[in-house]
Amino acid sequence: MAVEGIGARALRKEDKRFITGKGRYTDDMTMPGMGFAAFVRSPHAHAKVTGIDASAALAMPGVDAVLTGDQLIGDGIGNLICGWMIHSKDGSPMKMGGWRALEPEIVRHVGQAVAVVVADTQAQARDAADAVVVDYEELPAVIDPLAALEPGAPQLHPEAEGNLIYDWEIGDEAATNAAFEKAAHVTRMEIHNNRLVPNAMEPRAALAGYDAAEEHYTLYTTSQNPHVARLVLSAFYNVAPEHKLRVIAPDVGGGFGSKIYIYPEEMVCLWASKRVGRPVKWVSDRTEAFLTDAHGRDHRSEAELALDADNRILGFRVKTVANLGAYMSLFSSSVPTYLYATLLSGQYDIPAIHANVKTVYTNTTPVDAYRGAGRPEATYLLERVMETAAREVGLSPAEFRRKNFIRTFPHQTPVIMCYDAGNYDATLDAALKAADYDGFAARKAEAASRGKLRGIGLSCYIEACGIAPSAAVGSLGAGVGLWESAEVRVNPVGTIEVLTGSHSHGQGHETTFAQLISERFGLDTDAVSIVHGDTDKVQFGMGTYGSRSGAVGMSAIVKALDKVEAKAKKIAAHLMEAAEGDIQIEGGELKVAGTDKKLSFTEVALAAYTAHNLPEGMEPGLKEGAFYDPTNFTFPAGTYVCEVEVDPDTGKTEVVSFVAADDFGNIINPMIVEGQVHGGITQGIGQALLENASYDENGQLLTASYMDYCMPRADDVPSYQLSTHVTECPGNPLGMKGCGEAGAIGSPPAVINAITDAIGNNGLSMPASPEKVWALCQAGMRQAAE
Amino acid sequence: MSKVSMVLNGKTVSADVEDRTLLVSFIRETRGLTGTHVGCDTSQCGACVVHVDGKAVKSCTMLAAQADGCDVVTLEGIGSADSLHPVQAAFREHHGLQCGFCTPGMIMTAVDMINRHGAGNLDEATIRHELEGNICRCTGYHNIVKAIKAASDQMAGMAQAAE
Repeated sequence: MAVEGIGARALRKEDKRFITGKGRYTDDMTMPGMGFAAFVRSPHAHAKVTGIDASAALAMPGVDAVLTGDQLIGDGIGNLICGWMIHSKDGSPMKMGGWRALEPEIVRHVGQAVAVVVADTQAQARDAADAVVVDYEELPAVIDPLAALEPGAPQLHPEAEGNLIYDWEIGDEAATNAAFEKAAHVTRMEIHNNRLVPNAMEPRAALAGYDAAEEHYTLYTTSQNPHVARLVLSAFYNVAPEHKLRVIAPDVGGGFGSKIYIYPEEMVCLWASKRVGRPVKWVSDRTEAFLTDAHGRDHRSEAELALDADNRILGFRVKTVANLGAYMSLFSSSVPTYLYATLLSGQYDIPAIHANVKTVYTNTTPVDAYRGAGRPEATYLLERVMETAAREVGLSPAEFRRKNFIRTFPHQTPVIMCYDAGNYDATLDAALKAADYDGFAARKAEAASRGKLRGIGLSCYIEACGIAPSAAVGSLGAGVGLWESAEVRVNPVGTIEVLTGSHSHGQGHETTFAQLISERFGLDTDAVSIVHGDTDKVQFGMGTYGSRSGAVGMSAIVKALDKVEAKAKKIAAHLMEAAEGDIQIEGGELKVAGTDKKLSFTEVALAAYTAHNLPEGMEPGLKEGAFYDPTNFTFPAGTYVCEVEVDPDTGKTEVVSFVAADDFGNIINPMIVEGQVHGGITQGIGQALLENASYDENGQLLTASYMDYCMPRADDVPSYQLSTHVTECPGNPLGMKGCGEAGAIGSPPAVINAITDAIGNNGLSMPASPEKVWALCQAGMRQAAE
Repeated sequence: MSKVSMVLNGKTVSADVEDRTLLVSFIRETRGLTGTHVGCDTSQCGACVVHVDGKAVKSCTMLAAQADGCDVVTLEGIGSADSLHPVQAAFREHHGLQCGFCTPGMIMTAVDMINRHGAGNLDEATIRHELEGNICRCTGYHNIVKAIKAASDQMAGMAQAAE
């Protein structure tokens, strides 16, 4: 095709298979003789399992087996775990309750699996699952996280007294309290961050096969991190040793965090494939996905901001209760702590911050990282408080923020993070200009003439990405390092395969990663293949989440490319009888500077493999690997401006314009980056206006299908106005910060700030449904009339 | 069991299937055409859209038996890697897909939309309204809307040039 290097809007290499129906997702895979699994799930939020009668199901056509938790435990399969240890402020470790992939004794949320049926067809398996009779003795359930902490609340796990998992803090409490004592103004708010369901369009799926002769398992699964899945399945769940387990995550239809974790179903398919003696496939239906995919958010917070007489921030004090659901999912403990409270300084110079976070068990689906993971919760909290404080003290929300911006770097916040680079004025200026912030009053007046309430809202977000320096996260409790690996294989004919531990499930790695190689060697991107998602091909990797594939994954590729380049130059220098330092790589050729001597990349690659004439002592071949461990987080930041019109008669909110000005550091492919921002903003608008995982008091999920859970559709959102400003990230070789989560992090407060500006009432929670907005409009009109 | 016959992507196919077999299962499992996806089972998400006798249909909500004798076209039937349909090409050109899972239904809906409104007759508001039955979680719709508009306009140009 072409040489398309860093900065090119290269069209995606992976698209042709997707637009012609040739994508290969887990549900598209088959194994000879495979059967299908269907799970028997609890209809109760909290109940004792007193008996399981599978006799009727076993007599049904095509049914191989009905397997239960007792058999699973009997075979030595371990409990599911949370891999990040958090200690309470009193020093005690977090209280993790046991989570079995099939529960034999006490179910703790609606949809929890108690048995699995394996049958010839999916329909037979589902029919038979309906015929398994499970006797339950219902127990009182608790759904609300604040109620779960009350004395006398139903108890979920004997390990966690009072349902409290940990009571954690960060920051200097005494210094923060002192800041409030000298404050000229204090803004106080109670803020609820609504519970969401990630809803990748491809439901989770697994296809597991067992080779009895080799004692070897193969698992196709919808994973963002197949190597981590293999590690956990092997080391903690005892399914099989790592070298006897191949995990393949082929094309994966979106993740947004929900496909990071190792869930009961995938593990049960592996175990069942050996027990039943045939490959087993399971594909989640959408309601199962609502009931069992890890949910996101669900924070209740109180926040207080202290200002001096000049409206500079003196301190920020936060108390948060985070609902982790019925069990601790793989990274759940880190989300409301190190991914949340460490970002509470935002873009602002805040001398003192203190946050207290309590996490609780409730009889709901487990909650874990969802696009942004903790950072959207921090941003929503801080940016609503900032907008509110500006209104209270009578400053323009833009100028109030500007007054408190951090301007010197590196900047050490009071909550661990050390921001390495940024220019918050630049993104604020760009966003205000693009949004015509100064012309808002005229637009508001024009809207009023049509009976509409127009509002404008800002959000200046920061996030910590490039997750993460291994030693740092290890000291904070992570059970794994968060480096990345890469291997660059130059073939004898000069084409290149790059094996990466990152995983692409929509991010376009096959294109952006190839652009990096194209840039370095001047090769056509078609001469490069990116290999990922298979533990038999790629030795190890930590996968894709936390906007880490660019800053960490590509940095590993750069390190491997450095080694390949060094060896290629040595060979070229030897062959052309030149000094190594005189060799330059340009346009797919290795040239001797200042002469017309040159060799094509292909000739050098071939020489490495023929090995007829290599420098003394050099090994044949041209293949190098590298591990890259980041030195710091990266800190993407920006300003979003949302403008809405509210119809006071219906409460309906229309997002009429949305402007994003982001600083992602250096960008490899602007087209792909823009796509990430579009998608993130839409998820954020979804959270702000439409989406909510809603439970009734008995723990039934009322929003367990697309008829009840409102996903953003095309006519719920506008076209977006985007721009980027670049401050290079000094922490990695490409100067990249990451772009995958920013849209979802920065947008919810901008939307809500715009609506509260429009209706003149700040008592609004997400989602801003027409019903809620209408009620506030009516209350305002009544108040005005009185 | 019922014997079901249909013309699928221009080829007559028949199979004995359970009465309750959905059209999407017939397409995916009986015929191995896995380009049509199931995203929700409740006809909300539109990943399973195919054309039945020229009309866009959610194949997760139609029995295979109901398509007996019909002309069914899936994403695999409108173009190939070497010869892309203008809508397929526009989705690539305008980055109208990321994970690719909703894409088959999006493209089939877009082709139907252009057919019904006439090439060149689509504006942004109409496209957004028409996409109500197709959910995408990745793209935020921005580039999907651009792609459909571009394809519609390009197809109008092609029709004009052919005249």
